Amino acid sequence: MTSNKSKELLLEMKNIHIDGFSDERWHKILKGVDLTLHRGEILGLIGESGAGKSTMGKAAMGYTQPGCKIIKGEINFNGIDLAKLTEFEKRKIWGTKISYVAQSAAASFNPAHRLMDQTISAANRLKINPTDVLKKDAVQLYESLQLPDAENIGDRYPHQVSGGQLQRIMTAMAMSPRPELIIFDEPTTALDVTTQVEVLSAMRSIVDKFNTAAIYITHDLAVVAQMADRIKVLRYGEEVEEAETKDMLSNPKEEYTKSLWSVRSLIKPEETNSDYMLSIKNIDAAYGSSKVLHNVSIDIPKGKTVAIVGESGSGKSTTARVITGLLPQLKGEIIFDGKKLSPKLEQRSKEELRRIQIIFQMPDTAMNPRQTVDEIIGRPIEFYQGIKGKGREKKVIELLKMIELDETFLDRLPSELSGGQKQRICIARALAANPDLIICDEVTSALDQIVQEGILKLLQKLQKDLGVTYIFITHDIATVKAISDEIVVMYQGEVVEQGLKSKILNPPHPDYTELLLSSVPEMDPDWLTNLLNKRSS
Amino acid sequence: MRLSLGLITVFAFSVIIFSTFSFLPGDFATEILGQSATKSAVKALRAELGLDKPPVTRYFDWLGNVFQGDFGSSFSGRSKVQGDQGDRSREVVGLIIPRLKNTLFLTGVAAMLAIPLSLILGISAALYRNSYYDRSATGVSLVTVSSPEFFTAYIFILLLATLFPVFPTISNVDEATSLAERFYRTALPVFTLTLITMGHMMRMTRSAIINILSSEYIEMAKLSGASRYEVIVKHALPNAWAPISQVIAINLAYMLIGSVVVEYVFNYQGIGRLMVGSVYNRDLPVVQACALIFASTYVILNLIADLIGIISNPRLLYPK
Repeated sequence: MTSNKSKELLLEMKNIHIDGFSDERWHKILKGVDLTLHRGEILGLIGESGAGKSTMGKAAMGYTQPGCKIIKGEINFNGIDLAKLTEFEKRKIWGTKISYVAQSAAASFNPAHRLMDQTISAANRLKINPTDVLKKDAVQLYESLQLPDAENIGDRYPHQVSGGQLQRIMTAMAMSPRPELIIFDEPTTALDVTTQVEVLSAMRSIVDKFNTAAIYITHDLAVVAQMADRIKVLRYGEEVEEAETKDMLSNPKEEYTKSLWSVRSLIKPEETNSDYMLSIKNIDAAYGSSKVLHNVSIDIPKGKTVAIVGESGSGKSTTARVITGLLPQLKGEIIFDGKKLSPKLEQRSKEELRRIQIIFQMPDTAMNPRQTVDEIIGRPIEFYQGIKGKGREKKVIELLKMIELDETFLDRLPSELSGGQKQRICIARALAANPDLIICDEVTSALDQIVQEGILKLLQKLQKDLGVTYIFITHDIATVKAISDEIVVMYQGEVVEQGLKSKILNPPHPDYTELLLSSVPEMDPDWLTNLLNKRSS
Repeated sequence: MRLSLGLITVFAFSVIIFSTFSFLPGDFATEILGQSATKSAVKALRAELGLDKPPVTRYFDWLGNVFQGDFGSSFSGRSKVQGDQGDRSREVVGLIIPRLKNTLFLTGVAAMLAIPLSLILGISAALYRNSYYDRSATGVSLVTVSSPEFFTAYIFILLLATLFPVFPTISNVDEATSLAERFYRTALPVFTLTLITMGHMMRMTRSAIINILSSEYIEMAKLSGASRYEVIVKHALPNAWAPISQVIAINLAYMLIGSVVVEYVFNYQGIGRLMVGSVYNRDLPVVQACALIFASTYVILNLIADLIGIISNPRLLYPK
């Protein structure tokens, strides 16, 4: 991105080996990765969870998390080997020469201190400028990051500002001592797409302005394409490939790199059905006194997939809670297969409960950690269908086959499964009730791209075989394109529009749909620049 | 809100205290007049003390008086025999206040010793986690927490009064005792109370801080170059005040209750000893007053801890 890129070497990491201790033994996290970075250059580091990208990013500071250690390798920063420095010496570099921007800004700010004090704390340690000069500078940084009320926002506490704002303030904090290198560790992953665009553009312009070098870590290729000059792909602690951003996008060499955007290439032909499985009409719902759904009406065609999209706080998950009866509505009605459902869970019949199942976002927390797979899947079979003993076991194995696992999983505990396998077990548990409608609440957002693809394909196959209807709640447009027949767009507790996928995704759009769709990063390094130009004109 | 909850708690306590003592076997009248007393004599004394009224009436009479600061008169010391000169019965308030002062002195000194010590020990143990220092400090604290207070008290007597006679075993003080003399005489009970509460406070301080040390903002602080000391004192401690103040409140209350035993062992003229004696004599008004004081102290201490929790947490102090 930068025109004034120099060839002066800033950071050179050679043959980095890092081990981590977990489950009572040492594992290899990084197995000999090299990395070079020049002054003013931005390197994108991508890979799935467990690839070692975060560990690599922190190692660039000479830091390892508790329970990890550097086995071998050199980390030359400005000619000093950080791997050889003591804690005390490294502290003089951390926060001032190299600073760090973490994934979850909400968790990374100390809740007990005001934002301004935290912003300038590292620069204060340098004792070059007096506090009031630093504060003035911080306000200027806030301004150039387009924070509202830059003059006073620093007087607030972390809980008083939004996630997107916090992430920008953390960027200001990283920039305050004018470091030579900033490590961005998944800084926009926790944000909504519409917020992500603002934060990305703010971070990019400020890094450009001060010509700071950066390592940008993410699992999203489209995001890193907007930021980085060069991209390095990691997998299982090893380098897959590295190339200039443009080359990487137009011509990825390795199969694995191509698979990183596989979900985006899944396409499903849309179909609809005028026979509705479920209709909700004019629903209002509230948590306590704060009203979250306003007059929501949605129709779900039988045997099809309706995706509900929107950012956090738009009421998508609340809608799911109302449908399942977990949160009785204040007003309006739910018609399920021609019959009215009572708002309260307790008043619904067992048969009604059986026919609507839900799959949650976090498979880790959705299963009892002390139950085996057999118990998790067997319990709904017994409860809803009254099948016990041998019959039940046969059914469980049948379901395991359906989700492409086998009977060797029967005695396993959730802790002995991978993330994708856990989500498959959750799907099997929902299927065990033999339901007509499954609500999938962000079922793929906690999973890696490749695993996501597998789960989405499985869900499609199950729909074809069993004719089950899906409500698919997500904030990820790529997933929506891959799986849905119809789309419902929600914003601030209201339905913006509902219709066939082709109708919603193609113009003309209502304003909010336009904003939402245009904010989804594309595999084009000039996408962000073009978008910002278009929006400002 | 919290205040009214506290008041309700104290009120509920008063009901429990009152009813418990009403159900106790035996009463003051038979106790004082002996087994052989005539029925009419017992009846007369009961009428004089108001013990013949139904419990509910007695409760509200008592409560009404308590609100006016009148805890009634002690049963003991009153004229037993007809024609005895005057009534030597004493007001409960007059009886309790000097004793309460003594107990507050004892627990106050112990708290002043125990709180800073356990905070320092807890913070430094968290700072040097898993070092030999940390392990021995947590180990020793476990021993002190698990020993009953009378046992700790006798160990102190054995060590510091019998083997090495530094401090007196009997801590009798009166109004005339000078402050320095008071410190000297109460040394052993103070040590005992300090030791039995310190272990718990120290361990909880340590674990509250260690708990916070695993949060992301602590890693962030480290990565911005904060020293170990700065991480603990500036970043972890401000977020640990709420749990720490809760533990301190519980332990101060425990100290007050522990003083019942400790005062007895060291023959110290405090409220705990008064209460034990009064229970023995079935001296209801005194026992009730003491129990009510204990209960309200507990509630007040917890209120203060809640208040500190609110003040130290900007989330509660400054809404969105």
